[in-house]
Amino acid sequence: MRVRMEKRLIPSRWMTLSAPILSLALALLVIAFVFLGYGVSPLLAYKRIFVGAFGSLYGLSETIVKATPLMICGVGLAIAFKALVWNIGAEGQLLMGAVAATWVALYAIPDAPAVVLLPCMFVAGFLGGAFWGVIPGILKAKLRANEVITSLMMVYIASELVNYLVYGPWKGAEEWGFPYSSKFPSSAQLPRLLGTRIHYPTLILALLLAMLVYVLMMRTKLGYEIRVTGENPEAARYAGMSYFKTVVLVMLISGGLAGLAGVGEVAGIHHRLRYPQGISPGYGFTAIIVAWLGRLNPLAVILTSLLFGGLLVGGDAIQVALGLPVATINIFNGVILFFVLGGELLTRYKITFEWRREE
Amino acid sequence: MPERGERGEVVVSMRGIVKRFPGVVANDQVDFEVRAGEIHALLGENGAGKTTLMNILYGLYSPDEGEIYIRDKRVTISSPRDAIELGIGMVHQHFMLVYPHTVAENIVLGLSSADFFFPLREVRGKITEFSERYGLKVDPEAKIWQLSAGEQQRVEIIKALYRGADVLILDEPTSMLAPGEIEELFTTLRRMAEEGRAIVFITHKLDEVMAISDCVTVLRRGKAVATVEKSRTNKQHLTRMMVGREVLFRLRRKPVEEGQIVLEVKGLHALNDKGLPALKDLSFIVREGEILGVAGVAGNGQRELVEVITGLRQATEGQVVLLGENITNCSPGEIIGRGVAHIPEERIRMGLVPGMSVAENLILKAYRRSPCSQRLFLNHTFIDQHAERLISEYEIATPSKDAPAKLLSGGNIQKLILARETSEEPVLIVAAHPTYGLDVGATERIRQLLLEQSKRGAAILLVSEDLEEIMTISDRIAVMFEGRVVGIVDTAGAEVEEIGSMMVGAGKEQERGRS
Repeated sequence: MRVRMEKRLIPSRWMTLSAPILSLALALLVIAFVFLGYGVSPLLAYKRIFVGAFGSLYGLSETIVKATPLMICGVGLAIAFKALVWNIGAEGQLLMGAVAATWVALYAIPDAPAVVLLPCMFVAGFLGGAFWGVIPGILKAKLRANEVITSLMMVYIASELVNYLVYGPWKGAEEWGFPYSSKFPSSAQLPRLLGTRIHYPTLILALLLAMLVYVLMMRTKLGYEIRVTGENPEAARYAGMSYFKTVVLVMLISGGLAGLAGVGEVAGIHHRLRYPQGISPGYGFTAIIVAWLGRLNPLAVILTSLLFGGLLVGGDAIQVALGLPVATINIFNGVILFFVLGGELLTRYKITFEWRREE
Repeated sequence: MPERGERGEVVVSMRGIVKRFPGVVANDQVDFEVRAGEIHALLGENGAGKTTLMNILYGLYSPDEGEIYIRDKRVTISSPRDAIELGIGMVHQHFMLVYPHTVAENIVLGLSSADFFFPLREVRGKITEFSERYGLKVDPEAKIWQLSAGEQQRVEIIKALYRGADVLILDEPTSMLAPGEIEELFTTLRRMAEEGRAIVFITHKLDEVMAISDCVTVLRRGKAVATVEKSRTNKQHLTRMMVGREVLFRLRRKPVEEGQIVLEVKGLHALNDKGLPALKDLSFIVREGEILGVAGVAGNGQRELVEVITGLRQATEGQVVLLGENITNCSPGEIIGRGVAHIPEERIRMGLVPGMSVAENLILKAYRRSPCSQRLFLNHTFIDQHAERLISEYEIATPSKDAPAKLLSGGNIQKLILARETSEEPVLIVAAHPTYGLDVGATERIRQLLLEQSKRGAAILLVSEDLEEIMTISDRIAVMFEGRVVGIVDTAGAEVEEIGSMMVGAGKEQERGRS
C-alpha cells in the first residue's frame, strides 16, 4: 500500500466549513479514551463538562468570563498568523498589559475618577502588550530572529517581572503576605453584570475588536498588506510593501490586544496584580488554538473563544465532580490543537491510498 | 497509421486519454504514439495539454479515462517509479536536483539498485561512459549549484539514462539553454535516437521542431490535432494547426524619434546573492518610446540589473537616474511611485499572490493611491470595476474576478501582470523574460502590448534570452556578458551571429577598449 499527498487546487466550501467540526469530534473521541483510562465514563464526563459550562446561569456566566480574554487574544493572534508571523507570546503580552494597567491604577493617577482612570488603564495596557510584542517583531524583521522562540522567551521574562513586582516593590501592605499588589481603588474596577463576574465593558470591547479586526483585514490597506505578506512575502516586497513595517505593526497590534485582555483581568476580576498564574491560567496560549480553530477569521474567533471558555469551566467542573487531575484539561487542549491542525492539512491536501498489484 | 519498414516499433501508445482539472479538460480523448528510434515533437501552445499528457505517461497524474500500452502491453502507471520500471524517463522543465550534492550523488539518489555502502563507486564509471557515448560533458564530482542550467540538464538526462530509460521525455528542454548548448543537446538526442531510444520533445518553438524532430504531434486545447512526419510539413502548416489561425511573425516597427532620456544607468556595480560581483561598471541609456533589448545568456547579471533598477537589490557603486533624478537604492515602493513598472522574471513567485483573487492581484501596485484606496481604506467598488475593466481589456481568461489567481494558466497570469503593470501608464517598464514559457498566441499579444506602450512613450528595458524576441521588437540591443555590457547595437542591421558571439564573450576586449 502506498500513501500519496496531493495538493488540492481549491478546498471545497463544504470541507472548509466541516473540517473544524470534524476535527473537534475526532478529538473528543480520542479524549474519551483518556477518561476511560481513569475509569470514568466519557459520556458522563462530556455531559458534566457541557452542563458545567453551559447548563446553568452561573456556568454560562463563568464561560463568558473566561471567553473574554480568549476572544481578545485570539483576535489579535489571528492578525499575526495571517501575516505568517508566529506570535506565541500572547501570554506575556497579556501580563505586561496587566502590569501597565496596575501601574496606572496604583501609582500614576490613582485618584483620578473612573471615567479617566479606566480608559487610561486600557491605553496603558495596550501599550504594555504592544511593547512586549514589538520586541520580537523588530528582532524578526531586522535580524531574522525566529519569533516563535523570541516571543515565547518574552513570556518568561514577563512572568518573572510580575513575580518580582508582587513579591517585591509592589507587594501590598494589607494583603496578608500574599504575592498580591494592593487592591485597586474602586474607580479602577470595572463594573460587573449583576451577580456575575462578567466585566461587561471588556466583553463589549472584545466583540467590538473582533468586528474591527475583521474590517481591518478585509477593508483596509494595512489588512491588504498583511494578507499579501502572509500569502507571498516575495510579492509583498515586489509591490513595495515594507516587510519591517508589516511585521512590526502586526506584532504591535496583536501584542496590544493581548495587553487589553490583561487589563480586563486585573480591572474586572482580580482588582489587583497577582502572581502570573493567578492572573491568567494560560489564556495567551489557549488563544492560539482559539485563533486556529476559528480559521483566523476574527468573527469565528468569537464562537471558538466561547467554546474554549466553556471547556475551561467544564474542566473545573469535572475536576471537582469526578476527581480528575488538572492536567486533563491540558490534554484536552493539546489533542484539540493536534486535530485542528491535522484537519487544516487535510483540507489543503488530498491523501490517497493505493493498493498495488504486482504485475 | 500504416507500418513502414524504416520506422521502429511502437513503444508507447496512449489511447483516448482524458484528464480533467477543475474548470478545464486538459486532455480530451488524446491518442499519442511514439516509436523506437524517433524524436517525436509534442507541439502546442501553453495550456494545450502537452505537459499534462506527459505527466500522465510519467505517472505524476492518473488519467480519468483512456489506456496506456507499452510495447503492446496494457499498463497502469501510478507513479514515476512505475514509469521508471517501464523504461520511461522524464526531464522536467524545472530540474529536480539536490543543489548542495554532487552530480554522482544526485544520480544515485533514489536508485533502488544502488549498493548500500559506497554507492558512488560504480556510478562514476557509468557517468563517464554515458558522457562519452552521448557527448554529455559533466564532472561527476561537481556540486549541482556550481553548474549552469545546461549542465544541470545533462545531469537530469544521465539520471534518466542511468535508470534505464529507453523512452525519454524532455519538457521544453531548450528554454534555459544558450544557442551553443541547444546544438549540443540536439546532437545528444540524435545519437540516442540512433541507438533506438524514443525521444519525446515537448516544445512550442517551431524552429526546434523543424530542426530536430522526425515526427510531430500537435495539441490544441487538450485535443490532438494531428500527427505528421516532419518531412511532410512546414512552419506555416504547423502554426495553423497549433493556433488554428495564421500568425504574423514579424511585428512591424517604425523608427522612433530621439526622445527624452528616461533611464540612465551610470557605472553600476552590484553583488549577486552569493556576494560576488554580478554587475561591473554597467552603463546605458533608454529613451522615451524606445525599447532597449538586453540580450545575454542567463546568469550574466541580467537578474541583478533588473533588481537594482527596481529597488529590490542594492547597488554598491554607480547611479540609476530616472528622468534626471537619482533613484539609486531607493525603496521599491518609492520607485513604483515614480512610475516604474516591473514584469518580473519569476512571475508566480514574485509577481503574483496565488491565493488571492484576480481583482486583489490587479491592485498590488495601485492599492496605495486613490482611487483604489482613500486614507486607510480600500475602495472595493472601484477595485471591482477596475478588475472587470482590465479583465475585458486585456482578455484575461478567468472564471471571475473573484477567482484565486492560481487557477489561471501561465499566459493569463502574465496578461494579469501586464494589465496591472501597464494600465497605470508607467514611464519605464522593466520587462524580464516577458514571454518565457508562453504559447504563440499569448506571446504575440504580450509583444504587441509592449509595442503599444512604447508607442505611448514608455521607455522599455526588455531582458530576454530569446534572441528572436529581442530582434523582433527592440530598437537597440545591449549584450551582457559577465556583468558588463559588451556592446550596444541598432537592431536594424544587426546580425544574429554577431550578437550570438557577443553573448558568449567574443569581442569583449575590443568593446572594453572602446569605452
